[in-house]
Amino acid sequence: MRPEPVLTARGLVKRYGRVVALGSADFDLYRGEILAVIGDNGAGKSTLIKALTGAVTPDGGEIRLDGKPVSFDNPQAARDAGIETVYQNLALSPALSIADNMFLGREIRREGVLGSAFRMLDKPKMRRIAREKLSELGLMTIQNIDQPVETLSGGQRQGVAVARAAAFGSKVVIMDEPTAALGVKESRRVLDLILEVRSRGLPIVLISHNMPHVFEIADRIHVHRLGRRLCVIDPKTSTMSDAVALMTGARAPEPEMLAA
Amino acid sequence: MSETAKPPTGASYEAGLAAADTRVADFKPSRRGPLDHLQHALHANPTLVPVLVLLVGVAVFGMLVGGRFFNAFTLTLILQQVTIVGIVGVAQTLIILTAGIDLSVGAIMVLSSVIMGQLAFHHGVPAPLALGAGLCVGMICGAINGALVAFVRLPPFIVTLGTWFVFEATNFIYSANETIRAQDVSANAPLLQFLGTSFKIGGAVLTYGAVFMVLLVLIFWYVLNHTAWGRHVYAIGDDEDAARLSGIRTGRTLFGVYVTAGCICALAGWAIIGRLGSVSPTSGYEANIQSITAVVIGGTSLFGGRGSVLGTLIGALIVGVFAMGLRIWGTDPQWTRLTVGALIVLAVAADQWIRKVSA
Repeated sequence: MRPEPVLTARGLVKRYGRVVALGSADFDLYRGEILAVIGDNGAGKSTLIKALTGAVTPDGGEIRLDGKPVSFDNPQAARDAGIETVYQNLALSPALSIADNMFLGREIRREGVLGSAFRMLDKPKMRRIAREKLSELGLMTIQNIDQPVETLSGGQRQGVAVARAAAFGSKVVIMDEPTAALGVKESRRVLDLILEVRSRGLPIVLISHNMPHVFEIADRIHVHRLGRRLCVIDPKTSTMSDAVALMTGARAPEPEMLAA
Repeated sequence: MSETAKPPTGASYEAGLAAADTRVADFKPSRRGPLDHLQHALHANPTLVPVLVLLVGVAVFGMLVGGRFFNAFTLTLILQQVTIVGIVGVAQTLIILTAGIDLSVGAIMVLSSVIMGQLAFHHGVPAPLALGAGLCVGMICGAINGALVAFVRLPPFIVTLGTWFVFEATNFIYSANETIRAQDVSANAPLLQFLGTSFKIGGAVLTYGAVFMVLLVLIFWYVLNHTAWGRHVYAIGDDEDAARLSGIRTGRTLFGVYVTAGCICALAGWAIIGRLGSVSPTSGYEANIQSITAVVIGGTSLFGGRGSVLGTLIGALIVGVFAMGLRIWGTDPQWTRLTVGALIVLAVAADQWIRKVSA
């Protein structure tokens, strides 16, 4: 038997006027796995992810987190429930430091009167935790935690965003095209980072167009087509051309793929 | 679809990487010229430029006109003269840090001061209540700006251009363009003139207003750098979408910034009664332009997210030093305007250069 699912969706529906972005879409994410979501442009995968992260509210269907039904009205609600997202544009503030960015929106205040009456931030503590989180993921080549994010390279920024998600995502980390803007070397580093996050027990949803990356690190691949889950394939038994054929409709899925 | 037996891993095409340099994220101490060092130092600490300009300004005028400029009395007089611009500049800094601009600050200041004076003088309201009412009016004005910017999502320039006229006209209609004389204010509500009270330390003459202005700057320096709210103000000006996705309630924070700015402008309205003695509906009409000047010369970026409220105080002092120095030196006052204008352009050029810093 499979381990119990962390995040599931059944029959999600989202319409924009007469356009059906999601037509009864299902989704399953299991504990400790990397699930890749692939699909052609317009297949509805970004709407699916937005529904799971609270960026859009589905018109119908059910989302369960750890077996309990949930509904997210905004991204903050999903975040509070333990679902962290690394957005494609990273959502980092360029002029703020690495430490400030890691704690943006969830700052830690000083203990005692300084914190309660004067609302003073506990900067040393935030710096220390930020440094710990970055070194846990092997990112301490970033030396100066007070460095503005805009002075970092693309890969380093991605590292900061991933570290932030991994540090605060208690249930699920969702990554939208994490390697799309990166060079070969930096992509490799980020893929290692994703594996590192999984080894710490966090399940990851990876949205990507990069087939080699998907086939290398995903445990299962969710193929999205025409607003719904077409099938789930195993990267160890299927090939990239199988995946491309399925997501473009050149081939119908085998019955055992539907069961997965 | 006839591709056969391709290994399902993507690692193969990266085999060539094996021999490549594996360092990704380290910072090579590349050879830098002194100019690069300066650029980096300024990037890390943008207030350095205005501090240098201020020091050079004081030194130059100290040499040009000597003791007449370089004495405690003159230097503290400059501090008194920049009190109003300094206070309004704090409000303007908050708004410019969010990548906005507020053209209505001067109008809010004068409207609030007129409300304070009219209530105390014509309606016999006790001075503390009149003061409180003035502060409330300032906050309401700020709330109108804030709601239009943060929730209706109109551009701040247009919103505050409109409310500038609205608040200014309201002020003239309400006050019927009547000035309340200084002796009437001191007879009815001396509290309103409190910030104009001066005291001496040796040759230095300070007003409570000047001290209040410096305290306000220090308070907001603390708030902007050491509270979550302050960090959020910077984050919103830097990249509003990123701030929202990071979980900051951007609308609420932005609204709060405009309300706070309105309150600070009303405090400036209190200070201007102390400075003038009287309550005049025609006072402070240039406060909006002067405050933007102080903010820009103080090194805060008009594009938001970068700068410091300490810089604004320095910027206001630079304008004060040049105005005073050139006057004592005996030049035409237009030379002051010319100098300040050149400084604005230089400050914006410096900001653009600093932004281009490379890692």
